[in-house]
Order: sequence, then C-alpha cells, then structure tokens
Amino acid sequence: MLFGAASTGKRVFTTSSSPGISLMQEAISYMAGAQLPVVIVNIMRGGPGLGGILPAQSDYFQSTKGGGHGDYRLLVLAPSSIQEAVDLMMLSFHLADKYRNPVMMIGDGMIGQMMEPVEFPDKYEEPELPPKTWAATGAKGRPAHIIKSLFLDPIALDKNSWILHEKYERMKKEEIRFELYNHSPKNEIMLIAYGTMARICQTAIDALKQEGISIGLFRPITLFPFPEKQIYKEATKENIRELLVVEMSTAQMFEDVERAVYGKKKVNFFGRTGGIVPPPEEVMEHVKMLLNKKSKDKKKA
Amino acid sequence: MEQDTKTIFSRPEALRDTVTHYCPGCTHGITHRIVAEVLDSLGVREKTLGVAPVGCSVFIYNYIDTDFLEAPHGRAPALATGFKRLRPDMVVFTYQGDGDLASIGMAEIIHAANRGEKITVIFINNAIYGMTGGQMAPTTISGQVTTTCPFGRDIAQTGYPIRMVELLSALGTPMYLERVTVNSPQQIIKTKRAIKKAFQYQLEGRCFSLVEVLSTCPTNWGLIPLEATKWLEDNMIPNYPLGCFKTPDDAESNHGTV
Ligand SMILES: Cc1ncc(C[n+]2csc(CCOP(=O)(O)OP(=O)(O)O)c2C)c(N)n1
Ligand code: SF4
Repeated sequence: MLFGAASTGKRVFTTSSSPGISLMQEAISYMAGAQLPVVIVNIMRGGPGLGGILPAQSDYFQSTKGGGHGDYRLLVLAPSSIQEAVDLMMLSFHLADKYRNPVMMIGDGMIGQMMEPVEFPDKYEEPELPPKTWAATGAKGRPAHIIKSLFLDPIALDKNSWILHEKYERMKKEEIRFELYNHSPKNEIMLIAYGTMARICQTAIDALKQEGISIGLFRPITLFPFPEKQIYKEATKENIRELLVVEMSTAQMFEDVERAVYGKKKVNFFGRTGGIVPPPEEVMEHVKMLLNKKSKDKKKA
Repeated sequence: MEQDTKTIFSRPEALRDTVTHYCPGCTHGITHRIVAEVLDSLGVREKTLGVAPVGCSVFIYNYIDTDFLEAPHGRAPALATGFKRLRPDMVVFTYQGDGDLASIGMAEIIHAANRGEKITVIFINNAIYGMTGGQMAPTTISGQVTTTCPFGRDIAQTGYPIRMVELLSALGTPMYLERVTVNSPQQIIKTKRAIKKAFQYQLEGRCFSLVEVLSTCPTNWGLIPLEATKWLEDNMIPNYPLGCFKTPDDAESNHGTV
C-alpha cells in the first residue's frame, strides 16, 4: 500500500511494531530498490518470533543492516523523547524526499506509549527540495514513468546498486546526528546508548554526579548512518579508559561500537531484554563495577 | 450409598486443570471444552497436533493437552499443511480468530482449503480483534463500533463483512463447512456435533474441514456477558446465517459439473 501511495509523489508513512515490520521487509526492499521516499515507524517489542509486547531495542540489526534482501540501507533515526520524536518526524519526511529512500524511525514501547508535553514549531521552514519529477501522475505529454526495482540487465542493476550506494555514502557525510552528555576531561568511562536507554543513562549520570562520579554519554541519533568516526574520536581521548554500551537487546549496536573504536579501547556491554527496562540504578551499578575493577587494576600495577 | 454416586460430568481428559486467562463471559472457553470433549470421544488426544494462532487464543496450548505449534499471525494453515503432509497418521487442527484467519491469514486459509488439506480448522468469529484491544476486523459488521471505526464500520470505505464459509464454499474442492454458535445449550450441542464431524472427515482422510463458531468478545464489545450473547443473537446471526454450507458428499456429486 505504501509503495503505491508513495508513487503518487505525496508524503506517506506507516507504523507497526516488530512482527508487522518483519512482514513489511519485502516491500521495504522493493521501495529502497525503486527509490521511493517513505517514512516507517517501528515501535519495537521483544523478539524473536512472537516474543513479547513490552519495550525492546532488539530490531537494531533489522533496521540498520537490511532486514529485506538486496544491497540497500535505510536512514534510521532513534528519538529518546516525545519532543525529539516530533522533531525527527518532520526531519524524516524531509530526508526521505532528499534521498528518495525509505527512512525508519525506531522507538520502543516506552517512547510509543509515554505522554509528555511537546511543542510544535509555529512554522516549519523546510529547505527546498527538487520537484518530484519521477512520480506517477499520468503520462500526459511526457514519457511514461515506471517505478520499479527490476533490472534484468546486469549492467543496469550494477549501475542502480552504485547509485544507491552513492546515496548512502552521501548520508554518511551529511546526515550523522548524535548528542554528547556530560562530557568532561575527568571522565574515565563513556556510556553509549540510544532511544529510551540513553535517557535512562542520563538519569544514571546525573545521580552518579551527586556521588562525585563523573561519566559521559554518547547518544547516536542516527543509527544509519552510524556516527563511527565521532565515537572513535571521543573514545580515543586519553582520559577515556573503557566504554560501556547499554541496550535493551543482547548486544546489537555493541558490534558497531566495537567496529568504530577499532580495538583501541575496551568495549563493555550491559543489556536487558524481554521488555525489562533497566532502571538507572542498574546502569550505575555497572559503571561502579567497571570503576572498581579499574582501581584494583591500578593498585596491582 | 456409594454405588449410588456416579460421576456424570467431569473435565475432559484433553482439557488441563488450570485457571483461565480469558475474560469473564468470553466464549473461547466453551469452544475449547468442546474441542477437548471431541478429541476424547474420538480417542485421538495422543496423536493430535494443534496449531495455535496469534490472538487471545494463542494460549490454547495452556488448556488443550495435546502437542502444539505456535504459528506466526495467520499462518496456522500453512504450518498445519507442512505437518500433516509429513505425518498423515496424526490429527491436525488449527484454532484461529477472525483477525488471524480472515485478515492477515486469508491467503493461507484459501489455499489450504482449495488444496484439500486433510486438516480441521476451528474458526472463531467474534467480529473484532480481541487481544489487541478491539480494532475492526474483516468480519466486523456494518455499523459496529470498534476502536478503529469509532463511528461504526462504514461499508463504503471498508467493504462488507467477509463471510468465510460462503467464500470458501465457492471453491470446487470437496470440503466440509459449517457455521455454528455457542449462545445456548442447544447451539452448544450442535456445535459439538459439527466439530466432531469435522474431525471425523479428517480421520477418514476425506477432506478439509472448517467450522466457524460465532463467538462473543464482551470486553471489546463493551457489553456484560449476557448483553453480549444478546448482541450476538440480534446482530451476528442475521449477518452470518447458521448451518451447513458444504459437505464432501454434495461436492463430490457435483464434481462433474463444477
Ligand atoms: C504480524 C503480526 N501483526 C500483528 C500482530 C499483533 N496482534 C496480536 S493479536 C492480534 C489480533 C488477533 O485478533 P483475532 O484473530 O480476531 O483473535 P481474538 O484475539 O479476537 O481471539 C494482532 C493484530 C502480531 N502479533 N503479528
Ligand atoms: S478480549 Fe475478547 S476474545 Fe479476548 S479473551 Fe477477552 S472477551 Fe475473549
């Protein structure tokens, strides 16, 4: 349905939660191949299979590494508050049109069901976009537009794949978004988390501060393109000794962080699944464990 | 005195002794019991495989004491086909709601029926998506209020309610199709007879069988159980006529003319 609706050139979106998004993977692959701008929201629940219905972040791989078949990427955004979801939603439609590519926003049951006051801008000033000269509007006085992903000629398919690839490379240059929280040369540990989990980490950081412990948070807002270089830059600062990735999954984004820091720093992981949203106290406990371990190491040395 | 005491009613062996998760007045429980009684009366509990749907009755495996598979949403007939083809000696049934069978699973049910899979389908039509909080289903009747059609189902926008047994009866393949309900003891007895027949056709290796059970969802209809039964009588039965729509005998006798 979304494929057809997007082909009109109008702005369109759909939403679902994990198993429904799995079913959409076929169409998502086709829409990426046909370069259709659409926005898809996945409010993630626990899996695999029917799993559960409570908040989770276990579709990170599915969203950022494909999910459907073929050589494509989605532009993936992860808000950590309702206000940010509102702001990123406007951006999502813009980015979908700018790149003619599906944009996926991922949240979880907390983001999906929480109520918070939000502000909508009085006026949304959108940078200008090229006209949608590709849309199917009736071939009156122009050659027919065929919105498709089939290229039987290997040379043509190769060309299309590299056109897509070029877009993804451009996204990596122009669209990376992230936020640093409580960054200071005193910090020995850097947390990395996104969405709801990042927000919980912020509470943990504030509470640790009260106890005289300072640590920082790196919060990716775009999961694809992933802020690899930016993570590398922060992680390799001299004061940072170890990283702690916190997710509501069994270490999915963790793999991208490990890749980003290139073995330069130790990357630790803490996560819960199944709809368990770890409270700030659990995050604090893990941070303290790391700090204790390190002070022991120091003594030994 | 002792020889005067006689057990005349007890829990069927195929029904587990446990607490129910179904809402008060929900008829899923009645139909579960009927299925269990039929499995017992045919003596097939130990060679039966059930396929659970997605929906309130996904937990059917907590109640009916046979082996079970838990299917993805709507795919129960596909799983049942795969299983039955490799184990034709076993009795295979699916138990599916209307959101599961008539919406997301429409393709699976039509093709399983048309291939004449020797499976039994118990189809629970309560005119709504129960588990997810009362959204419109393909079976929601015209004007019925649900969370996704708060002004009542508008057939100009969303089409007519789908009558599954009528739809399937248009297929040429011989099959058994009956629509029943569980609003009264008399209807419950008829339902049991239909469900037993559906399993017998499978045991005889004769045909695909599907029994549609008009059911209540008091919670999402927003009615107390008694009112829900009344609503079923006043609104569902006129839209979904009861009765047998097809047996393998009429289909076979028609075979040359189809
Ligand atoms: C692919 C997929 N889409 C959606 C869901 C969410 N879901 C769970 S139960 C359900 C509705 C089932 O309704 P119905 O078959 O009418 O059964 P009832 O709950 O009324 O017994 C839906 C849509 C899911 N689990 N998987
Ligand atoms: S929601 Fe409806 S179908 Fe589900 S158990 Fe309750 S009454 Fe039954």
